[in-house]
Amino acid sequence: MTAREQTIALFLGIAAFLTLASAIGLVLKRRAGAGPSPGIDNLNARIKAWWVMVALIAAAFVAGKAGVIILFAFASFAALREFLTLTDTRRADHRALAAMFFVVIPAQYWLVYDEWYGLYSIFIPVYVFLLLPIIMALRGDTTRFMERVAEMQWGLMVCVFCLSHVPALLTLPIPGYEGRGLLLIAFLVLVVQSSDVLQYVWGKLLGRRKIAPALSPSKTWEGFVGGAASAVLLGAALWWITPFTPLQAAAMALVLALLGFFGGLVMSAVKRDRGVKDWGRMIEGHGGMLDRLDSVVFSAPIFFHLVRYWWVP
Amino acid sequence: MIRRFAATLAAFAVTGFARVVTGVRGNWIGCTPSPEPRIYFANHASHGDFVLIWTVLPPALRRQTRPVAGADYWQADRVRRFLGRDVFDALLIDRDPATRTNDPVTRMAEALGAGQSLILFPEGTRNTSGAGLLPFKSGLYHIARTRPEVDLVPVYIDNLSRVLPKGEVLPVPLLCDVRFGAPLRLGEGEEKDAFLARARAAVVALSAKPGTAVADGAGEARP
Repeated sequence: MTAREQTIALFLGIAAFLTLASAIGLVLKRRAGAGPSPGIDNLNARIKAWWVMVALIAAAFVAGKAGVIILFAFASFAALREFLTLTDTRRADHRALAAMFFVVIPAQYWLVYDEWYGLYSIFIPVYVFLLLPIIMALRGDTTRFMERVAEMQWGLMVCVFCLSHVPALLTLPIPGYEGRGLLLIAFLVLVVQSSDVLQYVWGKLLGRRKIAPALSPSKTWEGFVGGAASAVLLGAALWWITPFTPLQAAAMALVLALLGFFGGLVMSAVKRDRGVKDWGRMIEGHGGMLDRLDSVVFSAPIFFHLVRYWWVP
Repeated sequence: MIRRFAATLAAFAVTGFARVVTGVRGNWIGCTPSPEPRIYFANHASHGDFVLIWTVLPPALRRQTRPVAGADYWQADRVRRFLGRDVFDALLIDRDPATRTNDPVTRMAEALGAGQSLILFPEGTRNTSGAGLLPFKSGLYHIARTRPEVDLVPVYIDNLSRVLPKGEVLPVPLLCDVRFGAPLRLGEGEEKDAFLARARAAVVALSAKPGTAVADGAGEARP
């Protein structure tokens, strides 16, 4: 199969799966009767949002590298605004905030587009890391200075730097895998998001023992083990779209599922700290952009570097 | 005709811009949108405040909802005159009692009588302290006494002062929220100060993010 045929086969598979999910949602809703049933309504809202998200990703794939980079740049934008909305910035931070949205995000994604690995991998952790506090210090407002700087750095690392590693997968020159970078992105996103969904499903079905009641009431051992195991099986089954053998694909999927799980946990801790349940309400039924991307954010950079270390000569 | 078209276009552009920059959504906590004449009274920290309220109102209500604003600001130049009169259809009030020819409360009552709703900022001026609410001016009380049958809806606009602080030109696209509380009316024999304190407290109560503990009584937003 060519990369094109593989991509089409993959999206048809996803569409078939979502059709099945929508049908199940419809049956559940009909069985529950006409009245409102929050659990089922939320499930259906989530499935509907998945259709939209898959359609957006498909459109970006059709547009190719530029499309995917623009899609993730906008995802970074939405995620960063959700993150910064919950931080305690002061009026003196205004210029620094504007620079984050209007300079750092475009610059980072342009560097990815330019495939300039030597710069996009250090632009935020080195240059912005040092320049941002300089801009802020020059404004002279020292109230909670360290907190403000640290929160902004965190926001940029999580929402821009880490997330930009998803489209950055396109820049990896893997021998024998030329022109198939989009499929590697599909593998990452599919495994991580399925792991999330499957943990949710296993948790709803069997969940009993809570893993971290202080952080998230919905994460259970049963859901975690069931979801991660299913994601590993899915990852192995998707080996044909990757440069990996089935066993390697399974191992990668395990890494992705674990990091995704802990990403969700860390971001839950941040939400708890700020006293909110969701990051926003951009995605119907899911919450905000970061509620959907927390697991991707934590798994993408490490996946990127594992692939780069072992598969790029 | 051209003017009308330009105004419609400008209204579309202004609400579209507000949505893109702030991702604003209306959060109807204590009431639902209604075509009845109402007074929306809100905190005031930014020039964009009434634009946000206006943006989250359903389009049909938007047309009949007029901001009450200072004439000195909205008549200062041609652009503002166009925006104030043709786009927002603002009810312009001469803030200086010495020069004004008609009573603001009478004009507001007339507008309500004609089936229009009003947006009012009882703090009287923009609060740039970044925290809490200023004391309410008495206009809200006088209009409530003149038209006791009109619902007074408290509104809290969250975060807009961070999007565009005083003196900055470039907005930072943080998320904003417009929360509508349960309507109030002037109580039987309620004193002016008691009523204004109650109205102010209703806005302060909305300043706590839904699902979190209410911020302290002084009206501090989350620090």
